Amino acid sequence: MSLTVKDLRVEIRAGGRTLTPVEGVDLVVGRDQCLALLGESGCGKSMTALALMRLLPEGGRVAAGRVELSREGAGVEDLLAQPESAMGQVRGGQLAMIFQEPQTSLNPVMTVAEQIGETLAAHRALTGVAARSEAGRLLEAVGLGTDKLDAYPFQLSGGQRQRALIAMMLAGEPEVLIADEPTTALDVTIQAQILKLLQDLRRERGMGLLLITHDLDVARDMTRGPDDRVAVMYAGQIVESAPGQALQAEPRHPYTQKLFAVLPRLERRGQRLDSLPGRVPVLDGSSAGCRFAERCPQVFERCRQEVPGFHGVAEGHWVRCHLADPEAASPADSQGRGVESAGENPPRPPFGKGGSEAGTPILAIDDLSVHFPIRKGLLKRTVGQVKAVDGVSLALAAGETLALVGESGCGKTTLARAVLRLIEPTGGEVRLAGEPLGGLRGEALRRKRAQMQIVFQDPFSSLNPRMGVGDILAEGMAALLPDLDRAGRARRTAELLDQVGLPADAAGRYPHEFSGGQRQRIAIARALAVRPKLLILDEPTSALDVSVQAQILNLLSDLRREHGLAYLFITHNLAVVSYLADRVAVMRGGKIVESGPVEQVLTRPRTDYTKLLLDSVPGQVLPDK
Amino acid sequence: MSMKPVLLWSDMLILVLLALVVAGVWLLRHNETFRAPLRQVLARPLGAATALVLGVYVAIGLLDSVHYVERLPDGPQGEAQYSGEVLSALDALLTPLRERVEKTYSAPFATHLYAKETLTGPDGRQVRDYPRLVHGGAHLADTDQEFWGDVLLRGGLGALGGVIAWLLCFPLWKNRPAGRPFALTLLVTLVVLGLLVALAPHYHVLGTDKVGQDVLYLSLKSVRTGLLIGTLTTLVVLPLAIGLGIAAGYFGGRVDDLIQYLYTTLNSIPGVLLIAAAVLVVQVQIETHPDLFATAAARTDVRLLALCAILGLTGWTGLARLLRAEALKLRELEFVQAARAFGVTRARILARHLLPNVMHLVLISLVIDFSGLVLAEAVLSYVGVGVDPAMISFGNMINGARLELAREPVVWWQLAAAFLFMFVLVLAANLFADTVRDALDPRGSRP
Repeated sequence: MSLTVKDLRVEIRAGGRTLTPVEGVDLVVGRDQCLALLGESGCGKSMTALALMRLLPEGGRVAAGRVELSREGAGVEDLLAQPESAMGQVRGGQLAMIFQEPQTSLNPVMTVAEQIGETLAAHRALTGVAARSEAGRLLEAVGLGTDKLDAYPFQLSGGQRQRALIAMMLAGEPEVLIADEPTTALDVTIQAQILKLLQDLRRERGMGLLLITHDLDVARDMTRGPDDRVAVMYAGQIVESAPGQALQAEPRHPYTQKLFAVLPRLERRGQRLDSLPGRVPVLDGSSAGCRFAERCPQVFERCRQEVPGFHGVAEGHWVRCHLADPEAASPADSQGRGVESAGENPPRPPFGKGGSEAGTPILAIDDLSVHFPIRKGLLKRTVGQVKAVDGVSLALAAGETLALVGESGCGKTTLARAVLRLIEPTGGEVRLAGEPLGGLRGEALRRKRAQMQIVFQDPFSSLNPRMGVGDILAEGMAALLPDLDRAGRARRTAELLDQVGLPADAAGRYPHEFSGGQRQRIAIARALAVRPKLLILDEPTSALDVSVQAQILNLLSDLRREHGLAYLFITHNLAVVSYLADRVAVMRGGKIVESGPVEQVLTRPRTDYTKLLLDSVPGQVLPDK
Repeated sequence: MSMKPVLLWSDMLILVLLALVVAGVWLLRHNETFRAPLRQVLARPLGAATALVLGVYVAIGLLDSVHYVERLPDGPQGEAQYSGEVLSALDALLTPLRERVEKTYSAPFATHLYAKETLTGPDGRQVRDYPRLVHGGAHLADTDQEFWGDVLLRGGLGALGGVIAWLLCFPLWKNRPAGRPFALTLLVTLVVLGLLVALAPHYHVLGTDKVGQDVLYLSLKSVRTGLLIGTLTTLVVLPLAIGLGIAAGYFGGRVDDLIQYLYTTLNSIPGVLLIAAAVLVVQVQIETHPDLFATAAARTDVRLLALCAILGLTGWTGLARLLRAEALKLRELEFVQAARAFGVTRARILARHLLPNVMHLVLISLVIDFSGLVLAEAVLSYVGVGVDPAMISFGNMINGARLELAREPVVWWQLAAAFLFMFVLVLAANLFADTVRDALDPRGSRP
C-alpha cells in the first residue's frame, strides 16, 4: 500500500492572474511510514494536502500530475481520474485528513458518537448498536473513555477534541492519514500527547502518515524511524527531501540550513540569530531561475538563470539546488557552506543584569489577583468566582527580561492586562518604579502609562486597519507626550520606523500592505513611541514563521541593549525563553508555581509541572537534565 | 409678472445641508485622505456612471426646492397680493406639463381618453366613443394617419439633439479614466432628456392620472419628496443609531442595559401603529393651529418633516443593534486594547477606532434603508398617515395605483412610472454606495 504523488501542479485563478502555489511536487507515503512536509506559511503545503483529497478551494485546480493509491490486490488507481462520486469512498475510507483547528472541525450540535457514526455508516456500513460499540472502541484507541460517546464538542477540551477528530478519521480505516498542523493550536503538553498518539496509531495500524507542519522540532520527533522522511517545501516546490535523521544531521539546501540556523536555542544566548531576509516570491510563474535565489546567502549567477534540478547528494537525499549539482563545479565550494554562517557572529556576553537585587524594581507585583464573578439568574447574583489570577507576586528589575511561561488558560494574559490596568485587579498591588498604580485615576494614570506598554500576539488584529501607520504611531504620542507638536511627532515617527527596521515611507501606508513580521515591527514601534521603560510582550512571535521570529527576537534584543528596556515576556515557547530571558516564572491555574534564573529553571526544575512542560517540548532542544 | 420667494422649512434644511456639503468640500479640497477615495470613486466606471444618475435626481430635487408665489394684480387699496399657490423652479420649467390637464385617464402617447364617453356629434346625435384629448396630440388633424410620423419625427429630432449635446461634452471626459460606461450613461441620459424635451410638450409621454394630470410631471415632482424622506430620515437615524449602538457595545454594563431596554421597548410596539399614532398627533396639532401656516404648501411641508422625524425616531433600532454587536466584537480586538493602554480618551477611541471600522455596515444598511423608506412612505400613505394627500409623492402615486389596477381595462402607467423612477434611484444609490465602500476600504485593491 502506498500513496504516490507525481509531478503535482496546482493552479489558482484569482483576480485575473494564475498563481501556481504547488508545482512539480513528488511524494511517496508508504505503509507505516511518516512523511513530514515541512515549510513556512504560504509555501503550499496545505494546498498540496487539499489537492490530494481533491478539496481545493474555489478557483483552484490540479493542472498536472498524478495521485496514485496502490493497494494489495486492488492495483493502482489514479485519484485525479476518479469521478467525484467515487471520491466519497476515497475520502475517509482510504485517505483521511485531520485539520488544525479542533474547535471548528467538529460539528457543535452533534455528539461524538453521532459524528463517528457518520463515518462508520458511510465506509463500513455499521449502524445502530454495532456502530456505537465500534465508536467506543475507537475512542478508547485514541485515549478517550467510552463515557465521552455522548459528549458534545463544547464539553471537551482542545486536546480531547483533537482526539475525537482522530477517532472519527480512524473510523473509515484509512490507509494514509493526512494531518495538517494537527497540534499547532494545542498546548505543548497536549501536543506531546497527540503526537505520541499519532505515532502509536500508525505503528498499530500500519497507516501511512503525511504530517504537515511548520515546526522543525515536531518534524524531527515524528521522523525518527528509519523509513521516515522529511520533505522541505519552499514557494510551491520541494527543495529538499531526505530521511528524517539525515536531514537533521546535515541539511543541504541553503533554505533548510537557514531554517535550522534561525531557531532560538539556549546555546545561542547572547548571539544574534541568523536571519532570512526577504519574502516568498509571488508564484505567478514569472521567476526564471531558482525560487530561493532572492533570499539565498550563497546565490550565484546560475541561480538566476536556470531552474535547478533535483540532485541526489546521498542515499535517498535529494536537493533542488545548483550547489548540489555533481556535474558542475560550483563557486560555493570556495565560500564554504552556510551552516557556518552563524559562527560569523562573535559571541557576546549574555544580556541583562542576571539578578534583580540592585535598586527598586521597575515593576513589582504583590499578591495580585483578578477574579471574574460568575453571575446567574435574572438578577445576576454572583454565585461563584473564576480565579484567573490568584495571588501572584513578581518583581522585574530595570533592563531585565522576565519570561512568564504557561499553557493557555493559566491566566498569563489576564495578568498582563491587569498590570496595565486594562482589567481592574480584584486584589493586590502593582507598583511601577516604586509607585503604586492601584488608586490612580485620570491624568495620573495616563502619565504612568507612558512608562509601560504592551505588544500583542496577533499582528493582524492589533493594528487598526483603517488608520495609516503614521497615525498609529502618533496616536500614543498625542495622548501621552503632549509636549511634542505635530512636527516633533513626525520626526519621532521617522526615528521609530528606522529603529524597528522599516522603510521611512511606511508612515503613509496602511497595515494591510505589510507582512506579519513587519506588522509586528509596527506594533513594537507603537509601544516604543511613548518611551516606556517596561514592555509587556504577550506572545509576540507565536503567530509568526520561524525566520520572521528570529528577526523579531533580534530586534527585541537590540532594543533592550540600546534603551535598557525591561521585558515581561509572556510565552509558551520554551526555546524562545531559553534564548532571551534572564529569569522565568512558570504559571499554572492563576498561580506562580516556580520561578528563578533561566538556567536553573530550565535545567534543574523543582516542580513536577515544570518538568512535565520541559519533557513535552518537541525535539528536546533543551540540554539534558 | 413679479414673484416673491418662499422659504419652506424643508427648503431651509436643504439649504443648510447644501451649505454644509459645499463648506466641507471647500475645506477639505486639499486634504489628500479625503480626495483620494473621492477620486477613486469617480475613476471607477460604475462610480462615475451612478454619480451622474444620482446627480440628475439631486438636480431635479434641488430645482424643486426653490419655491415662490406669484404676484397677483394689486388689491383695491394698492396693497400687494400674492397667489396662495406655492410654485417651484421645477414647476416653472415644466409649466406646459403642469398646466395641460386632461379630463381623466389617458394612456401614454394617447390622443384619446382611456374610457368611452357619451359625445354629442356635430349633427346633434349622441354617440359613445373615446373623446379626443384637449392637449395630448392636439396639433394632429388626423390622429390615425399622422400619429406615427409625428412621433418618430419629433422623437428622432430629440434623440439627435441628445447625441449632439453628447458629442459637445466629449472633450470633458476624453482623458478621464472612467471611460466607456460613464460615456454610455451620459449618452442615455442626454438622449432620454432630448426625447422628453421634444415629445413631452405635445404628448403625455407617461399618460395622465385620474384627474388628468400628466404622470411625467407627477413623477418628476415625486423625486424631491422621495429624496427628502430618504435624506432627512437618514439624518435623524444616523446619530441615534451610531451613537447609541456603539456606546452600548463599547461601554457595556448599565449603558448597554439602558439602551437595550430602550430599543426593545420601541421594537415591541408594532411599527406602523406607533408611526400612525405619532402622525395623528402631529396632524391634530397642525389642524388646530391653522394660523401658523401661510399656505397649504407650508402645511404639507411641515407634515412631511414631521413624518421624517417620526420615521427616524422609530427606525434607528435595527442599525443600532447591528452596530452594538460589531462594537462588542471590536472592543476586544487588540488595537482597541492598545489604544486604551495609551490612555487614549474614550471619545477618541470611539471616533478613531470603532467608528471607521463600522462605517461599511452603516453605509450598506443606510442604502438599504433609503429604499425601504421610500417604500415605507407608500405603505403609510395607504394607511392614511403618510405624507399629505395633496403632496405629490411616489407613495401617493402607488397608493392611487391600487384602485387603478383593479379597473378593467387596467391603468398601469402610473404604477409603472413610479416604479421606474424609484428603481433607477434605488439602483443607482446602491451601486454608488458599493463603490464608496470599496474606495473607503484601505484593504481594497487600488487601480
